Amino acid sequence: MAHDNADPPPVRFETHPSRYRHWKLSFEGDVARLRMDVREDATLREGYRLKLNSYDLGVDIELADALQRLRFEHPETRCVVVESARDRIFCAGANINMLATSGHAFKVNFCKFTNETRIGIEDMSARSGVKSLAALNGTCAGGGYELALACDEIVLVEDGNSAVSLPEVPLLAVLPGTGGLTRVVDKRKVRRDRADVFCTVAEGIKGKRAEEWGLVDEVVPKSRFEAAVAARAKALAARAAAEKPSRRGAGVALDALDPAEEADAVRYRHVTLELDRRARTATLTVKGPGGPPPAGGAAMRAEGAGLWALRAFRELDDALLRLRVNHLEIGLVLLRTSGDPAAVLAWDAALEAARKEDWFADEVVLNMARTLRRLDLTAKSLFAVVDGGSCFAGSLLEIALAADRSYMLDDGDGKVSVSLSPMNGGPFPMSNGLTRLASRFLADPTLAEAALAAKGPLGAPAAEAAGLVTFALDSIDWEDEVRVAVEERASLSPDALTGMEANLRWAGAETMDTKIFGRLTAWQNWIFQRPNAVGDRGALTMYGKPERPLFDWKRT
Amino acid sequence: MNTKVDLESRIPNNVGLKEDRRLQRALEQWQPAFIDWWRQMGPEGFQEKDVYLRTAVSVESGGWAHFDYVKMPEYRWGIFLEPPVKGRKVGFGDHFGEPAWQEVPGEYRNPLRRIIVTQGDTEPASVEQQRMLGKTAPSLYDLRNLFQVNVEEGRHLWAMVYLLHTYFGRDGRYEAEELLARRSGDADRPRILGAFNQPIENWLDFYMFTTFTDRDGKYQLLALAESGFDPLSRTCKFMLTEEAHHMFVGETGVERVIRRTVEVMREHPDDDPRRHGVLDLPTIQKFLNLWFTLSLDLFGGEISTNAADFFANGLKGRHKEEEYDDHLALDRHYAMKVVKEGKVVEEQVPLRNAMNEVLRDAYVEDDERCVKKWNRVFEKEGMDFRLRLPSRRFHRHIGIYAGHWFDPDGHLLSEVEWEKRRGQWLPDARDRSYVQSLMTPVLEPGKVANWVAPPRVGINKHPFAWEYVRL
Repeated sequence: MAHDNADPPPVRFETHPSRYRHWKLSFEGDVARLRMDVREDATLREGYRLKLNSYDLGVDIELADALQRLRFEHPETRCVVVESARDRIFCAGANINMLATSGHAFKVNFCKFTNETRIGIEDMSARSGVKSLAALNGTCAGGGYELALACDEIVLVEDGNSAVSLPEVPLLAVLPGTGGLTRVVDKRKVRRDRADVFCTVAEGIKGKRAEEWGLVDEVVPKSRFEAAVAARAKALAARAAAEKPSRRGAGVALDALDPAEEADAVRYRHVTLELDRRARTATLTVKGPGGPPPAGGAAMRAEGAGLWALRAFRELDDALLRLRVNHLEIGLVLLRTSGDPAAVLAWDAALEAARKEDWFADEVVLNMARTLRRLDLTAKSLFAVVDGGSCFAGSLLEIALAADRSYMLDDGDGKVSVSLSPMNGGPFPMSNGLTRLASRFLADPTLAEAALAAKGPLGAPAAEAAGLVTFALDSIDWEDEVRVAVEERASLSPDALTGMEANLRWAGAETMDTKIFGRLTAWQNWIFQRPNAVGDRGALTMYGKPERPLFDWKRT
Repeated sequence: MNTKVDLESRIPNNVGLKEDRRLQRALEQWQPAFIDWWRQMGPEGFQEKDVYLRTAVSVESGGWAHFDYVKMPEYRWGIFLEPPVKGRKVGFGDHFGEPAWQEVPGEYRNPLRRIIVTQGDTEPASVEQQRMLGKTAPSLYDLRNLFQVNVEEGRHLWAMVYLLHTYFGRDGRYEAEELLARRSGDADRPRILGAFNQPIENWLDFYMFTTFTDRDGKYQLLALAESGFDPLSRTCKFMLTEEAHHMFVGETGVERVIRRTVEVMREHPDDDPRRHGVLDLPTIQKFLNLWFTLSLDLFGGEISTNAADFFANGLKGRHKEEEYDDHLALDRHYAMKVVKEGKVVEEQVPLRNAMNEVLRDAYVEDDERCVKKWNRVFEKEGMDFRLRLPSRRFHRHIGIYAGHWFDPDGHLLSEVEWEKRRGQWLPDARDRSYVQSLMTPVLEPGKVANWVAPPRVGINKHPFAWEYVRL
C-alpha cells in the first residue's frame, strides 16, 4: 500500500487542449466529439500504465477541462459525443493498479473529483443546453460504463463481443466508485434484480440483452454504428437547442489562472489560499469585485474570462481542488471574504438580470453554483469568519452558508454585516436540490423567506437572530473564542469529522447526487478500507498477482 | 457418466444422451441450426459430393475412426469424451489435490463459459475461413484432407456446444446459438479472435494455417485437458486425437511445396523458380513469418492477469502438467524479455502471470521441430538455405511486444524503418497475387498441381491416385 504522507509531487488541475495527452476535442457544427485515446505511459504518478483506455486523475483532469471549455468556449455546441479512438475498446475504467498503489485519501479524492466531473455532464445537459451521447465502440467496463451512464444516451456496438460491465464486485471486491450502482437503478431505472445480476457478472452484458434491460439505449451493428451515433447526436442537439435557445454567438476563451505559488500560500487575482501547516488549518480568502458590474450580457462577454464573477470562482474552484488533493493534513479551512458588500450585491443584480437572455452570464452563474457545491463537498471542516472588511453578501454569503459554522464579529456599530440577494434564493442549489437557506431552515421554511425579504445589511445581532450565523461575538470575546474554536476543531479525529460533516451538511430528501456522494463516502470508503479489499490477501491487493484473494466471510 | 458408445441415435455419443431427455432435446434443437450453418458457410460447391472421410465412432485408441464415403451435410457429427479417470484430482493451482469437478463450480461459471466460448468460436471460424479453398484444390487428395479438417472442426464445435448445453444452462444455450451467428471476417458479427477473421485465400495459407494456427489449437487443448473441470478435460483430450491430423495436413503440405520447389531449382539452378510456376523460397519464408506470428498472438498477453487467474483457479493448466514438479507455481518467476525505455531487458514476472508465455514456449519448441523437419529437404539436397522461425517479438499485435517494431531477429527498429522493410519479411500484394495465380484446381485422381509435390502415401492405405472425392 502506498502512503498518504510520502509527499508525491503536487497535482495541478489547470490544463489546456494544446497540452491534452489523452483526449481529442473536435467540433463539427453543433456536435462536438470528445475522443478518448489514453496514452499508456503518460501517468500522473509512477507504478502503473494506462492500458486499454483506463484512466487516472490526470486523464480526468483533462476531461473536466474539456467540458468546462465546451460550456464557455463553444456555445455552438449542442451535443457532445463521448467516444474512443481505440479499436474495439471504449474505456476500461479507472486504472486498477493505480487504485491498488494509491493511499486511501488519494483514492477518495480521485473518486470525488471524477464524480463531480460526471455530475457536471448531467448539469450541462439539464441547465446549459448541451446534451451528451456515449458512443461505445467496444469494451466498456467499470468507470468506462459509469462515464457512459452520466451521458443522456448510450449507444453500444453489437459485434457479438462488446459488453458493458460493472465488474468491481466480482473482480475487485469493491464498488463502482462513480455512481454506477445509483445511476443504473435511479437514472436508467434498470430493474433491481436485473441490476443485481449485471453487477455480479464480471464480463458484463452485451447485445440485445443490454438494450432490453435498459443498460444502453440502443445496440447497433458495426456497419451502422457511425450513422446511428450521428443521427442520435443530431436529434439530441436539436432537443438541446429547443430547450435553451439563448445559447448562441461567439464563445469566451478561458485563460490560465497562473497563481503565484509560495511555500505556504497560493495567490490568485481574487483568491488567496494560506496554509498554517503546524495548526493544520488553511485560510481561503475571496476578494469581492473591485468595481461596478458591466451593464448587460454583451458587456460581460466583452470582459471575457477576466470577468470578476467568473475568474474569482474559477480561482476558488482551483484552490479547493489543491486543498483537497495536495494538502491532506489540513483539517480546517477558515473561509473569509474581503471587499465591499454593496458591490457584490450590484454584481448579483446584474448577473441575475443578464442571465435570462444571455448564455454567458448564465454559464457564469452555473459555474458559481458548481464551485459552491465543490465547497460543500470538500471533506474538511469549514468555518466562516465574518469580520471587519468582509463582504459576505449575496453570492459570497453562500460561502458562509456552506460552512459548518460561522463566527461573526459584533463590532457594535453594524459595519460588519451580512446581506442577502435573490441569488440566495435559487440559482445556487446544493447537491440535495435545495438552496443553502432552505437546507438551513428545514424546520421552518418561513425563516428562509424572511431572510430573503430582509432589506439592507444585517449587523451581527440581527444576523444571529435571523439564524444566518452560528455565533455573534463582541470584540472582547472575539479573538479568544475563534482561536479556541479553531484549536478544538483541529484536534478532533479527521475520520469522525468527515463522517459527521457529511451527515449534517445535506439535510432534506435525497437526490441522485447526494446518494452518489453519500454512498461513496459511507460504503465505498468503508469497503476500500476493509481487509477483503485492501488487506494482504484482499481482492484489490491481489488483482493481477498470481495468488487469489482470501475473504473474511463474516457479514455485518 | 455412461461411456457406452451409442451410434444409432440422431446424435452419436458416448455420454448417455438417451438417458438425459432434457439435454437430448436441447441438442436436437440445435442440430438443424448447425446443419443450416454448415450448408450456408461450409465448403462451397461440394456439399452434395461423396467424400472419403473418417468419422469418430469410439474413443478406444486404435479403432476410433471409421472411413467411408459420405456427403458432408450427412456427416455423423458426434459427442465423444475420453473415458473418465477414476478419482481424478485437480492437478494444479489453489485447488491442487482436490477432487476434479464433475459440475461447474458456481464461482468459475463465467470464466469457464468464456474459455469454452472462445475455444468453440475458433472451430466454425476456421471452416468459414476455408470455405472457398475447394475451388482451387491442387489434388483430390488435398481436397479430401481439406474437408476432413473442416468436418472435424465441425465436430469440435459440437464438443464445445455439448459442454455449453450440459453445464451452463440458459446462458450456455444462448452462447451456442451465438457460435452459429458470428461470421469470420464479418464487420458486424466477427469471430472473437483476430486471426480467425482473416480469409484463407490460397493453399499456401491453408498449409501454414494448419501447421501453425491449428498447433495453437493443440496447445490450448492440451492446457484445457488439464482443467479441474473434468468434462472439459475429457472433451479436449479426445479432440486432440483429431487435431493431430490437421497438423499433419499442414506439415506435409508445406514439405511437399518445398520438395517441389527444390526439384525445380535442381533442374533450373540459374532461374527464378517463379518462372517455372512454383513457390520461391523467400515467399515460403514470408508466409511462414506471417502465420507463425498471427498464431503467437492467439496465446494472449505475455504478462496476464487472466492467465494467472485461470491457473490459480484450476481452470487451465500447463501442457503436460504432471511433468512439472511444482503444481502451485506460486513462488517462482519467469525471466521475461520486456521492452523498457527503448531496450529489450529481462524482467522477473511471477510465474502464474506468465502462464501464456509458458504455453507459448512449448508451442514454439514444437514449431522448431516442425521447421527442422522441413529443412531436411534442403539438407538432403545439399542446399545451404534453411527456413527459420522469426523472433517471437516480430510482427505482434497482442501482448507486450505489440506497438513496438522488431525485425525477425528480434532487434528493435523504428516504425519507419520497419515499414520500409516490411515487404522483405511478410507477403505483400505482389506475393499474394503470384501465389493466387498458381491456384488452379487439379481434380483428376493421381494428378497434382505443378507447384506442389504429391504426398508419399495416401489415406487409410489407399494410393495417392485414388478417388478421394467423387465429383
